[in-house]
Order: sequence, then C-alpha cells, then structure tokens
Amino acid sequence: MEYFLELFLGGLTRGSIYALIALGYTMVYGIIQLINFAHGEIYMIGAFTALIVANVLTLNGMQGIAVLVIAAVAALVWSSAYGYTVEKIAYKPLRDAPRLSPLISAIGMSIFLQNYVLLAQTSDFVSFPSLIPDFAFMDPVAHIMSSAELVIVATTVVVMILLNLLIKYTRMGKAMRATAQDKTMAVLSGVNVNRVISTTFVIGSALAAVGGVLIASHIGQINFFIGFIAGIKAFTAAVLGGIGSIPGAALGGLVLGLTESFATGYVSSDYEDVFAFVLLVLILIFRPAGILGRSTTQKV
Amino acid sequence: MEPVLDVHQLTMNFGGLRALDSVDLDVRPKEIVALIGPNGAGKTTFFNCITGIYEPTGGDVFAARPGGARKARLNGLKPNQVTEKGLARTFQNIRLFPNMTALENVMIGRHCRTSSGIVGAIFRGPRTRREERETVARSHELLEKVDLAEYVNELASNLPYGAQRRLEIARALATEPFLLLLDEPAAGMNPQETLELDELITRIRDEEGISILLIEHDMKLVMSLSDRIFVMDYGRKIAEGSPEQIRVNPEVIKAYLGEEAV
Repeated sequence: MEYFLELFLGGLTRGSIYALIALGYTMVYGIIQLINFAHGEIYMIGAFTALIVANVLTLNGMQGIAVLVIAAVAALVWSSAYGYTVEKIAYKPLRDAPRLSPLISAIGMSIFLQNYVLLAQTSDFVSFPSLIPDFAFMDPVAHIMSSAELVIVATTVVVMILLNLLIKYTRMGKAMRATAQDKTMAVLSGVNVNRVISTTFVIGSALAAVGGVLIASHIGQINFFIGFIAGIKAFTAAVLGGIGSIPGAALGGLVLGLTESFATGYVSSDYEDVFAFVLLVLILIFRPAGILGRSTTQKV
Repeated sequence: MEPVLDVHQLTMNFGGLRALDSVDLDVRPKEIVALIGPNGAGKTTFFNCITGIYEPTGGDVFAARPGGARKARLNGLKPNQVTEKGLARTFQNIRLFPNMTALENVMIGRHCRTSSGIVGAIFRGPRTRREERETVARSHELLEKVDLAEYVNELASNLPYGAQRRLEIARALATEPFLLLLDEPAAGMNPQETLELDELITRIRDEEGISILLIEHDMKLVMSLSDRIFVMDYGRKIAEGSPEQIRVNPEVIKAYLGEEAV
C-alpha cells in the first residue's frame, strides 16, 4: 500500500509538471491553432535562468526560500520575454500563411533555442541546487512524499485555480475566449487580438518557467536538451486531454504522469516512455479529440 | 450637416476583378441609410473595406463622431481601430461567441472602451472593480434595450434565432458607435420578427442618436425604414435617393428585373 501511495504521489508530481507545460501548448493552440514546438525550450530556458540567478544569490550568501522565490520570479519574467519575442519573430509574420508554415518555423525556433543555450552555456548536464527546503512537518511522511513534491503539487493546484479565474472572470480572459471562438468577430468588437495573442504566449511561458524551476530543483540536474523531452511529453498530455481545452491539459498531465509512474513502478522503468505513448495511441484511436476535447465537425 | 461617414471613390480590386468601382456614399447624423443591390453587387465588400477587413485599392473613407473630433481617415486602420473610432458592424451570418453567455458577449463589446489588464485583474484595485461594475451595468442596460433581459446568463448558442440577431446588435452597440453597420439584419427572419427589427432599429436611432447603414434584401423593411437608399450593381453605384425616388428609378428596376422588364 505504501509503495502504491509513493508511486501515486510521484505520478501526481510528474503529472503536475506535465500539466503546467501542457497548458502553454493548449492555450496557444486554442487561440491560434498552432502547435508551439518551441514551448519546451521556453521551459528549459526558465530552468537555466533560475540556475544562474540562484547561483549568483547563493554566492552572495543568500539562503533558504528567498532564493527559490527570487530565482523563480526571474525565470518567469525572462521566459515570458522569450515567449513574447518568439511569437513576434516566428509566428506573427506567418499569421495568415498556411498552417504548415508556422509549424515549421516553430520547429526551427526550437532547434535554434536549444543550440543557442548549448553554445551560451554547456552541452553537459549541470547540477541544479535543490532550492526547495525540507519542511519539518513533512518528516513523518517523508518516505512517501518529499517536501519538493508537495511544493510542486501545491503550486500547480494554485496556478490552475488562478488561471481558471483569470479566464472565466477577467476582461482579458473574456477577450481570450472571444478570440479563440471567432478571431474576426473579436477584432470587430474592438478586441486587440495581437495583444491577446501576446498575452497568451506570456502566460504560457510563465507557466512553463514555473514548471522548469520546480522540476529542475527536484531532479537536481539540467541540460540544454531537457526541453525537448518535457515538451513532447507535455504535448502528449495536451493531446490526451483534448488540445485547446484547459481542464483537458490538467487532466491529460495527471493521467500521463500517473501512467508513467505506475508503469515504472510495477513493470519496468525501461518502458516508461513506451507506456506514455501507448496510452496516447489508445486515446487517439478511441477518442480522437482527447478525453475532454470536443470533436468539431469541419464546416465546408 | 457634416456627414458621419464620407466615402470617396472607393475602389477594390481582387486580382483582375473590380469588386468596387469608384463608389461614393455618405451617411449623415441620425440617418438610416440602406445599401441595396442584386447578389454579388459588392455590398458586403463595401462593408469590409470600411471596417478594415479589406484594405481598399483606391479611394478614401472618412468618419467623424458628430459634434466630436475632426474627420478621421479609416483606410489602412485595423478592424479593432475602426471599432475604436466608433463604427460597429454585424454580419450576414450570425457571428456570436457561441460558448459565452449573452452578457459576456455584450461585455466583449465593451472591451475597447475599458482598459484594465492582467495586472489589474490580479490585484483588483478600486479602478478595476469600478470599471467592471460599470461594464456589467451598461451591458445589462443594452440587453434590456434589445429585449433580451430574460436571456442574460444563457449561452449565446442556445438563444432563439431572432434573439441571436438582437444580441449581435447589442454587442455592436456596446462598442459605443456613432455608426452602426448592419449586414442583412433581417435575413432568415419571419414577418413578425422583421417587424420587431424595424421597430428596434428605429428605436436605436432615436434613443442612442446614432446613424445606421444597412444592407438588406427585404424591400418592405428597406422602404419603411430608410431615409435614403443607395443602389449598387456590379460594383458601381447606380442610384441614390429617397425610397420614393428609388422605387420608380428605371436603372434600379433594370438591375433587379433585367432589361426586358423596363
């Protein structure tokens, strides 16, 4: 039972991270029907930014939770700036182009950002300080769930709730939904669609950065390539849940994380990715629109 | 009186096709003007050129809020900028945001008249909250004006057809226009609904003091509603005048019924 719980909580943690990144994919897809393949790289840049800031702060004698908070905020801001810029450079000029063109430029952006970090930083794995402190109150259950896992899950839950409120009730949230439903009509109702799209990229990037900082601090090492794997997994999660659907991204992340965790724990860790993608194939066969996705009939 | 909309020699080419050929049109304050013509005459293209969906090949579009700022040139503006200047429109087919409530649809129309952003939404200062209260209040008011008070929290896609049409008008009004462009507002309506629409459009003009330019095929509605009528055929303006003048204009009869009818 304890083993089961450990696997469950591990899966929950993993799933939270997938969900945080998947949100970026799904929000961008919902608004401009683009799979932003450079999104994983934004996550990776978030982790690197946090690493640099945390190292500088630690060298200057700072300690504890403050380092985590400052590093996370720096990563969030820096990644958002990258997300914003990537959209302006790689996607905005192709807004009216056939759908394949921005997809190709997304892949190009992804490769560019990976290699840029490879050159600017290093090709090796670098160790990431564990910024999340061990809480005393977690000691009794530490063998099942670490403090880091608790922080990751809690942060994700809070972020999801905030995002949901933002989209449901605020002026910008309404503008985002309107843009997703009918871009032309949104513009004609006076919505500045370019700003809405930029905001979407900024929010998605910020969420990815948060995910990047949390997981890097949990696992303890990063390199320039982590964005690729995480990106593919999160993309899988988004498709699982139904791309374009925000609750779908959260659910897809959890399902994927739990599947991987249990498969690793009960079968073999060699097949971790196999199970993830078998799950994806099954869902796509039986529910092509994803778990929460609505199948849309193509109007001719 | 200074016109609120002044269109000079508007021309639009699609490749070799001239969809609009030097069209002149003006709308005066508090006037209801109809734009009619056979299918494919270029009426919707004309709307698209004015509202910034197309950039016209030639000619000028000027607009001015009555008693307000000086004339603004609309060519080359983006649709949301045109809306900000004070022109609002509806479409031939219904273009509501189907998964939002009636109230939210109207609130989107307020978007360009409000300003609080993400930061305001997170900290919810007094200014943001006041702005939100005002937006909600004004949106309710507009829904009442178009007789949709009972549907406030209903999803737009669940509304009956006539109500969806009126919701579109409410959303357009929410942008605080001085000129409302209606593209076939009576399309698909039954005679009773058309009658109500006639009454609604007149009431909007009188109460809001705005001008209305509409494309419409229902001649009964056009004749009863319009102060002036412009007729287009093959991208050209072939006639303009009062309903009485248009009714007997041989050019117009020819365009609609063919050469032999004259």
